[in-house]
Amino acid sequence: MARVVVDVMLKPEILDPQGKAVQGAFSRLGFDGVASVRQGKRFEIELDGEATPEAVAEIERAAATLLANPVIEDFTVHVEAGV
Amino acid sequence: MRVGVVTFPGSLDDRDAARAVRVAGGEAVALWHGDADLRGVDAVVLPGGFSYGDYLRCGAIARFAPVMERVVDAARGGLPVLGICNGFQILCESHLLPGALIRNDHRKFVCRDQPLRVESAATAWTSGYAAGQEIVIPLKNGEGGYVADQRTLDELEGEGRVVVRYLGDNPNGSYRDIAGVANARGNVVGLMPHPEHAVEALTGPGTDGLGFFTSVLEGLVRA
Repeated sequence: MARVVVDVMLKPEILDPQGKAVQGAFSRLGFDGVASVRQGKRFEIELDGEATPEAVAEIERAAATLLANPVIEDFTVHVEAGV
Repeated sequence: MRVGVVTFPGSLDDRDAARAVRVAGGEAVALWHGDADLRGVDAVVLPGGFSYGDYLRCGAIARFAPVMERVVDAARGGLPVLGICNGFQILCESHLLPGALIRNDHRKFVCRDQPLRVESAATAWTSGYAAGQEIVIPLKNGEGGYVADQRTLDELEGEGRVVVRYLGDNPNGSYRDIAGVANARGNVVGLMPHPEHAVEALTGPGTDGLGFFTSVLEGLVRA
């Protein structure tokens, strides 16, 4: 068993209203020193077997097809160690 | 003329869309998301709502419904397809239309009668309007901000593919006040406002939305 993690973030040039709302709450609660907040999504994917290069490539394909919309989002894929 | 209206799990406006087709003089045909079958319709409407609960991204899961494979193929072959609200989001996720819809910049759901300018009458769904005509139809969305990169926006403007534009205050942060766009061929149109809710004076702000449905029916008769 292996775990592959896909992180999806809005591209930097796309406005993130949710991140802005969180940033607003930060300052209301007195958490200072925060310049900006952007919110993304994290997918934890358990594989049936090992994280072979083929298996990871398949997850990358799924990320580009389904998990992220490449028009507005970037994504990264990494294998989580020690699961 | 038979116009299909797709129902996804979470569709809200499929009945109103079917009714608009009938008020315009067409026959509405119910299409089911799980059937890879367009039942020989002459055009398709993807209605508003919250398909699959808007999980992942609005329209992201509906895009892969069996019926959508057929819709995408048929649209590439020239079948008129109209996406309203969630239907617009599905068309963008399907890459039939460029760009994407993101959360409203002011973070609130917006529901109001919205003035628009019809920028292009050169599409299957707006041929009955005059370019520059101003109309009022309902707008109701939480994720209606239209975004695309500058090059795509310039291309859309240059090719006359901005179909409708918001007038007055921008209701959701859409780039360049864009409310709806078309593909290059003009058979696929998506917009956030709801023409199907403005086809009868009794239940809408007027009948300004009816033109979308009469346009496609008249186009089919001429074809």
